Order: sequence, then structure tokens, then C-alpha cells
Amino acid sequence: MADNKKNIEDVSRAPVSQRGPAMERVAEGEGGIGAQVAVNIDGRDAKVPMGTTILDAAKKLGIRIPTLCHHPDLCVAGVCRVCVVEVENQRTLQAACAYPITQPTKVKTHTRKVRQARRHVVDLLLSQHYGDCYACTRNNNCELQSLAKEYGVDFFRFGHPTEARYEKDLSSHSVLRDMNKCVLCRRCVRTCIDLQEVGVLEAVGRSCETKIATFLDKPLAEVVCINCGQCINRCPTGALRANDPTDEVWAAIDDPKKHVVIQTAPAPRAAIGECFGLEPGHALTFEMNTALRMCGFDKVFDTNFTADLTILEEGTELILRLYKALVQKDRSVALPQFTSCSPGWVKYIEHFYPEYLPNVSSAKSPQQMFGAIIKTYYAQMHKIDPKDIVTVALMPCSAKKFECNRPEMMDSGYKDVDYGLTTRELAKMISEAGIDLPTIPKSDFDDPFGSATGSGVIFGASGGVMEAALRTVIELVVGIKVEDLYAHADIIPMRGFDGVKYAEINIPKVGPVPELLKKLVPSWDWLKGATLKVGVAHGTANAKRVMEDIKAGGKLSECHFIEFMGCPGGCLGGGGQPIPTSPEIRAARAKAIYDEDAHYEIRKSHENPVVAKIYKEFLTEGPCGHLSHKLLHTHYTPRGKYIV
Amino acid sequence: MLVTERERLRDDIQAMADRMGRKRDALIPILQEVQTKHQQISDYAMQVVADLLDIHPVEVYSVVSFYSFLDNKPKGRFVVRLCRTISCDMAGKEAVARQLMNDLGVCFGESTKDGKFTLDWANCIGMCDQGPALLVNEQVHTKVTPEGVHEILEACRKTFGVYAQEKKEERA
Amino acid sequence: MTAKITFATIEAGAGLKAALGKGRADIIGELSASGIKGRGGAGFPVGVKWNLCAAARGESKYVVCNADEGEPGTFKDRVILMEHADLVFEGMTIGGYATGAREGIVYLRGEYAYMRAHLEAVLAKRREKKLLGKNAAGKQGFEFDIRIQMGSGAYVCGEETALIESLEGHRGEPRNRPPFPVDTGYMGRPTVVNNVETLAWVACIMAKGAGWFKSVGTEKSTGLKLFSVSGDCKNPGVYEFPMGITISKLMQEVGGEGAKAVQVGGASGHCVPAADFGRTIAFEDISTGGSIIVFGKGRDMLAVARNFLDFFVEESCGQCTPCREGNHKLLEGVTMLAEGRCSMAYLKELMSLGETMQLASKCGLGQSSSNAFLSIVKNFKDEIMGRATQGSLTHRRQGADHG
Repeated sequence: MADNKKNIEDVSRAPVSQRGPAMERVAEGEGGIGAQVAVNIDGRDAKVPMGTTILDAAKKLGIRIPTLCHHPDLCVAGVCRVCVVEVENQRTLQAACAYPITQPTKVKTHTRKVRQARRHVVDLLLSQHYGDCYACTRNNNCELQSLAKEYGVDFFRFGHPTEARYEKDLSSHSVLRDMNKCVLCRRCVRTCIDLQEVGVLEAVGRSCETKIATFLDKPLAEVVCINCGQCINRCPTGALRANDPTDEVWAAIDDPKKHVVIQTAPAPRAAIGECFGLEPGHALTFEMNTALRMCGFDKVFDTNFTADLTILEEGTELILRLYKALVQKDRSVALPQFTSCSPGWVKYIEHFYPEYLPNVSSAKSPQQMFGAIIKTYYAQMHKIDPKDIVTVALMPCSAKKFECNRPEMMDSGYKDVDYGLTTRELAKMISEAGIDLPTIPKSDFDDPFGSATGSGVIFGASGGVMEAALRTVIELVVGIKVEDLYAHADIIPMRGFDGVKYAEINIPKVGPVPELLKKLVPSWDWLKGATLKVGVAHGTANAKRVMEDIKAGGKLSECHFIEFMGCPGGCLGGGGQPIPTSPEIRAARAKAIYDEDAHYEIRKSHENPVVAKIYKEFLTEGPCGHLSHKLLHTHYTPRGKYIV
Repeated sequence: MLVTERERLRDDIQAMADRMGRKRDALIPILQEVQTKHQQISDYAMQVVADLLDIHPVEVYSVVSFYSFLDNKPKGRFVVRLCRTISCDMAGKEAVARQLMNDLGVCFGESTKDGKFTLDWANCIGMCDQGPALLVNEQVHTKVTPEGVHEILEACRKTFGVYAQEKKEERA
Repeated sequence: MTAKITFATIEAGAGLKAALGKGRADIIGELSASGIKGRGGAGFPVGVKWNLCAAARGESKYVVCNADEGEPGTFKDRVILMEHADLVFEGMTIGGYATGAREGIVYLRGEYAYMRAHLEAVLAKRREKKLLGKNAAGKQGFEFDIRIQMGSGAYVCGEETALIESLEGHRGEPRNRPPFPVDTGYMGRPTVVNNVETLAWVACIMAKGAGWFKSVGTEKSTGLKLFSVSGDCKNPGVYEFPMGITISKLMQEVGGEGAKAVQVGGASGHCVPAADFGRTIAFEDISTGGSIIVFGKGRDMLAVARNFLDFFVEESCGQCTPCREGNHKLLEGVTMLAEGRCSMAYLKELMSLGETMQLASKCGLGQSSSNAFLSIVKNFKDEIMGRATQGSLTHRRQGADHG
């Protein structure tokens, strides 16, 4: 499977030591790369490709070697020394995660020396790890805790801190840091610098003064953090966690005066089962609806509704940009248009490419559109004072917490979305309510924002927004069924985990302009014979690649529309999703999402009847009309990367 | 910092980067030059360096924090580093250390209020056969006695007068 | 004092001239035949290293001179660089020719910044004489030049992969090995990293032949070696002795008779008590990069251990757990010993931790940082245990006895 990992290895700026073992040199005549080499681990034989690490070879043999700093998404570090093993003819123990097998090798994974060393490493880590397991968000999901258990730690051999050494950093709306729990595995560093290329966290200082810090030890809220939360997903302990508003949400639920509405995004439903012991890839959409009602939410809506709305708003915006640029020859129009659904990406571009902000669609993200619709249209419809409505958003995302707290997101006159919950936090609420999610009955979303389309669902996977947009554009513009171009309306080139995806769609003929858009464009003739060029990038490292290509006037600068997602894999790999994460887990979640899409009766955003209704009843000027602009569109802040 | 000062610093660093190459491997030589020239690698300087080399400011900060001779806090014009490693220790560095503190009125790790001196430790400076030894900036002094401390510092102070004058001329 | 050393007797340019007259394989063969091992402390056979680098594929290759002499008690490279820099540069040039490298880099420790002007001047003169640059030393098609890059105060950069990281503009954090620098070194290219002294000896071997070099020393440790002698002896300084010299002989030569112990190999070496002075200094017995620190009768060995651990707690790079936290724990242990509140059980635990550090640390620094502690505890148990100070249980009991 081609995950984004491949791309990162190609272009990573990580120091060589932090990359995987490079195996270029093979003794002549031995068959070169791809040659097999014999390995014997704990008396068992196997053949592995040249350069395979001991850890991977052991995995192949079904032998477990404990790890801590190793992560399947990240390059090799070899710093924690938990995975040390004995290699024949080597004086010292070797880190299994970093040791490439290049000649016949004999390995022992649990000799006295190995056991003693591992135990000492765990003891040493515990001697610096402040905090109690039972008062930690990662209780029972902590790799240090598991190691302590595995190595039979029943007392603190080298002591245990009795007081905190660092102040917690609670400044961010999204990511909280408690460095007292940090074990210096540097997964967050490798995530932030290599995987995401945001560059907020690095090791600072030397020796036992080493700590993971931001530039000048500034609070997270003051640096270039994009709130993607990928560091949280890869932190083995509770040192990094999301800013958890569950207490406030419970308080709102418990307040009889409050009407508490929750919208649920597509990605959490594909992953929440993992928090309840299910294998990745089991969607629990309808069980979750039941659970949310049992928890006491007054209404359970589907964010997919506003995903469909986003397609119409953002799609219309694109058409308008193209019309201005191609027909009216307006050279000031910024193209390609960039998607704006991912708040991590939005903050990324605000910091790193502020000069390209005019390219970002002014359409709000589905979460924020929903908030604004609930506190206006829905409030009017149900005659509820919007001040009594509390809108909660279940998101796979930590950046959504920052997004809903953006000062400009108050277009309804109130805070459009009051609280953003992550998948993990909702799982905790459900557990707290004594509900065993996988076993409860299913139930549907509430009307009127329950009916959604398959297009909304696939917003959860990288390429989904683009696929949804194309399904609609093809039908509205070309006037033919998507199915005529792509079997089952599955636009396969947009799917999968390639870091950057690109496609060209020819528009050989054009249909009539639909009623909804007639006010904006008189005809589609100007698009006849045109080629629509689109791109997709997920993870900000890939986004950076695309932006640099655009800056350099490369192929992607000729695109008309580019989907950007801040997180690897898109929302299904979001910073609010269950821990752990890996390429396999994300692939399973993606499969769950596309399966769900396939089962929808309506799979195109413009066919969503509620969307049609809202343009008829409420947003009467149509997409990108006056009220749309007020409620569903926003503006951005050029932040730049200099912070002092 | 005034904008003009920032601009000057930026131009200065840009010239260094152009001379040494805008590549990551030029990072430490650039930082060393900034450190020598400005007695510190300021917060702004770190960001400029990061910008020019296309790396993240936190990576520059990380490197600066790793090496003993790089610092983002201002250092004195004269950095006095007394070797504290075993041979110098056995040769009587403790008395020299105390006299340094007495004469400068600061503890190790601190700078004098006038910004002239910073007192610091060094780990083995390779003068083990002639200890106690210390470095004043790049200059090495061996077989230092508590009495000799005064002389070394006085010599610095005298040089400082020249430096001060140079500075004045620069401004004029 | 600095006794007359062989380097002073070698005719300038003789080694380089001899080398350029040979084939590349012959140079490496000569080095292998001489049996010379790295003089920085680790003792890797130079011929093998150069051969691997010469055989490695790479668009460009590098010869790096490790002048990050930071091991406590070592200063021989300082003397070599100040007095025989030409010989070192000659060695590097030979290395460039033998391995196919075009660029040589001297990584000079920040503490030696005062040498830079001198070294640059020597290099300039060599360029003037066309010993560097295109068709270097008159060899058609051979291009080689040397530049100096400064360290910035980090002992760990003496470890070759940390040194390379530092050259590349990173924190001096050692890399995972394998791959080794001869394969994947500076900028990911095949790189030979050799100590200052090693390179100087290479030039000597080229000038005088493998047989000459091998004629002294032991079978496994051939040749002469420079020693940096300091501490409680009459004549500290740089000495040249054949490998395999006994410690007692060495003590006689430097005026260190009556010493209680000798630290061989600096902070990361071993503390040898007087009873073991019959042992030899050689790769097969007690190996050293050249640091000899003499401890006289009155020295407190626990204070010595503390000084070394203070050093490592300061100089560990901090990336791997055993070294980062381990040294810190050992230092705490020394404090406990000094205050008379370390139980035998805990001391044993610390010794086993020391073993773990030797086995499980990522690089040579961590792997050797507990050596001094372990050897001092092993050899001077009676001296370091059972101490009483204010606040210890011993003191409380005494108080009770008097009351």
C-alpha cells in the first residue's frame, strides 16, 4: 500500500540518523537490492529482504519485541533502547528497530542481558515520569504503562518524581502539553517536523536537561502550531492530549434550559469502535446515534448535511472564479481554488503561505456551516431562542476545537459551534454513561438534518471532498450522470493514500444551467471542451510539496481546484481519532467510509433534498448569495511564521 | 529592538548565508559567526537564519540549545570559561573559581551587569598538563593562580576600552 | 613537557610523495600490513576502514579529521596540530587519494579556536605549494582540498556519527550504526573519519613503511602512540611510547611513582589501581586514546568519580535513555555514597545499571560513561563506602550515643 510514508522517506529533511536504514550498498554478485538474507531469531529461521530490521523480521516470525520510540508512521530513532536485543558477535546490545539485517544474523530477544537492560530502561523512564496512572487520560492506553506491566515493575527501582518539573501548557484550544509525563521518545518531534513539516516541536537542551519544546519555549497558542493533533495520536503517554470539553458538554446536557444539539462528522463513526475493543474498520454510525440520545443530547444531526451544503457553496465559488477568470478575463481571480474544510490546513496556510490566502475558498467548513444554520434556520424553524441552543460537534479533529473558537465564527450572533468533541472524548462520555456501544440498538439521525448523501460521508477520507465536488460538477455542468464516466460514481483516481493525487477531467459537452445557478452564470458554453484539473493532498508535508510546486509554477499551479487535508489520510487520520494509528488502521477506516458511501441511496450532494429545501426556504438567493455569504462564508488571517 | 536594528541584523545574516551557502550544513558556521559578532543569537536572529536556510526556527533553537558555545541569551564581551575537569580540578581550579567570582562579582553562568564579562565553566579544554586553565573568548590561559586572575581580567578591561572606542567610531 | 616525538623526525612531504607513487590498493595494503588501529580510542583498523570507504559507491566521498579532542586528560592532538599540522594534512591527502575523496574536513573543537588561524595558514601554504587543489602534489587528475569547520562545545561530537551530524548542521546526536560512515557518512556519502594522530601516523607509515611501524608495539597493537599525561606526576606532558608499555614503566618515565591509581583513557576509560600497574596499555589489555591521569596517594577516589560523572551528566547528548538518565542516577549514587547513605543493595543496583549503560546505550559515549564509576567502585570499595556526614544515619546514632 502506498501510504504517505513513502513520500516522506523520499524527501524528508530529517537527519540521516532519524531515517530508516538506507540499504544501497550490496556486495557485488549477491543480487543487489531485494536479495534475501537468512536470519535466526530465538532459534527460528527466516529469510528476509536485505536491510529488513530485526524488529520487522521478528514480527514476520511472530516474535514480539517491545518498542517505545518506534512508530510505523515515523522514521527510525533508536533512542529509547527498549527494543534492544542480543546480536551474535556484537559486543553491545542492538536496537531491533534500527538494526538492518545485511548478512546472516543470529538474534536473541530475551536473554538475561536483554531483560535486565529493558527493565532498567523502563525503570529509568519511570524515575522521570511524573504523575499517577489512574489520574491520566491515557490510563489503559499508555505504552509506558504497558511496558511497566510487561516488565513486572512493582516498585520504583530508581525513584519516582514527587513533584512536577514543568508547568503544563494549557494555552491551546486544541493541544495540551504536560511535559512531566514526557519520556523523550521524540515521536512528536518526528511527527511535527518530518511527517507534518510544521516544525513546532523539537528537542531542546542537552543531556538530562533535554526536553521537548517549542521555539523559545513559547506556549503552543503563540507558535505556529496548526492544532492538527498528530503529535497526540503518536504520543505513547499522556504528555500530549486534546483540550477536553466533556465537562462543559455534560453541564449543558444537565441544564434543562439548554437545547443541546450534536452534529457528527463522518470519520468518527468509522473509528469509534476501536475505543470499544473492535478491530479498526467497523462503522458504528447508527449505534452512536442511539448512544448520543442515551447520553442526553436533544438532537443528533449528521455533519454530512453541511458537507453537501459545502459542496454547493464551494463548488459555486469555484465556478464563479473560473467564470471571472476565463470569461470576464479578470486577472485578479486567485486560482487554483483551495478547499477550506480542514482547520489544520487553514492555519497552516495562514502561517506558512499567507500570500496564497485569496486562493482558499471562503466557504466555511461543514462544522461551522452547521453551527450557523442551527442557530439561525433551525432556531427559527423550531422557535427556540438561539441563546439557549448549545451546538456540539463530534469531530475526528483537534483543530476543530480551535476553529470553533475563532473570533470570526460568530455569524449567527452567537458562537456558531460551542464545543468540539473528539472521537476519543465522545467514547469516554459513552463509557461514562455505562453504554457498551457495539451492542446497543441502531437508530437514525434526527430530521431535518439527518438525510445526507454518500458524498458527505467520503469527506472523511483524503480525496473525498474532491470526489464529492466532481460528482456534483460533472452532473450540473456536463449534464450527464457521473456513472457514465465512472462506474458506480466511484471516482477512483481521487482515492487512496498517495501523498499527492492529480486528475484531469475533460468536459466534452455541456448541459443546461440548473435553476439554482442561473442567476450566476448564463450558460456553460465557455466550459465546453475545457479540461478540469484537480489535485488532492493530505498531511501538511504533502501540502507543502503542492504549495512549493505552485510557487515554482509547476504542474499543480495549473490546477483549478485542490483539496487539502491537514492530516495524513484525511479526517479519518485526524488528531482526535482513537489511539493508536498506523497506515493499516487508517486504511481500514477508509474502507469503512467508502463502504458506507456505497450503501447510500443518494450519493451526490446536489441531490440532497434538504439542501434543495434550505435554498428554497432560507438561503433564497442561492449558493454564494447574500445570506450564504453572511452565514456560510468566512475570511482568513495572514499570520506569517515570524513570532517575535 | 528597533526595526532598523532588525533590518541591519537581517542584512548581516543574509550576507553570511550567501557567503556560506543557504543550506542546512551552513547552519552552525552561521550561528558561530552571529554569536561572535553579536555575543548572542537573538530570538529574531534565529528566525532569520531559519527563514534563509528553509528550516524551522525551533530547529535552530534546538541546535543553539545543544552546543555550549552558542547561546540565545546575551553574553558578555569576554566570556571566561574555567575548565572544571579532573586534571584542572586536581591542579587547584577551585581556588581560581572562587577568585573569579570575587573579582567579577558574579556566579558561574552569570554575566556582569555592565555586560563586559560572562563567567562560565568549560569541560576539559585540552590543557590538562598546564592546569588550572581557562579560556577568555578564544584565548587560552594556563597555570592560572588565584592571584593571576586579576591580571587576566585587567587585560580584558583594557582591551574593552579599545573596543568601546571602536564602537563609538562605528556609530559616529 | 613535550618529549621529542617521531613526527618531528619525518621529512615533510615524504609520506605523501611515497603514497602518490603507489596504487590506491597498495596504500591501503601498506596500512593494513602496518596493523595501525585508530588512535582516537576505539581502535578500529585503519586499513579496513579505508578499504570499506574506497569500495563504497558514492558520487562524492569525504575524509574527515576528528580534531574534537575532548576526552578529559587528552591534549596530544593539540600538540600535533600546533607543531605537526602538515603531517596531519598529508595524512588526509593520502586518505583522499586512497579512498577517492575530493574533500577533506577538519572538525576542530570550539575550545581550540585559537589554533584556527595557524591551521588556515598551513593550509594556505600547502595550496600555494600546490599540495592541495587540482592535480594535488603533482598527481595528474587528483583533486583534493581541506577546509576547517569549528565545533561549538559538545564533547559528544568526538563520536564520529555525532561529528557528522554536527557537520551537517544538526544537534550532535550519534546516529544508529549500521549503516557506518564508510557507507553513509557526511551528506549520506562514504566518509572516513580518523583521529588527528592516526592521520599523522598514516603519513609516517607511508614515508617509512609498514615494517618500520610494526617493529615496535605488540602483535595486536602495533607501533608507537602518543600519550597525554597529567595529574599527580612530576612531568606532565605529551609522550611517545610503544604500544604495550606497562603502566608502571609509564609511571617511571613521567615521574608518577607512588601513584595510588591511574585513569587510562580519560573519563570514559578505566581507573587502574596500583596493584594492577603491571598491566599493559594496548588494545588487547587496557586501551586508551592517549589520556593518562595520575592520582597520587591523597586523592579521594569518590571525588574523582563525581568529577567524571559531572562531566557525563553535562556532556551526554540526551537522546538515549540509558545514558541520559543513567549517568544522572550514577551521579546521585555518588552523592549518596559521599553522604554515607547508600546501601550495598542500591550500590549493586547501580553497578548493574552501569552494565546496562555499557550494553544498551546508543553510542560509544554512553557505552563507556559508566566505566570510571564501575572501576572505582570495584577497586576502591573500602574507601568510598561507610562514609559519615551531617544528616546521615551514622551521625544520628552518634548523637544518640552522646546523649
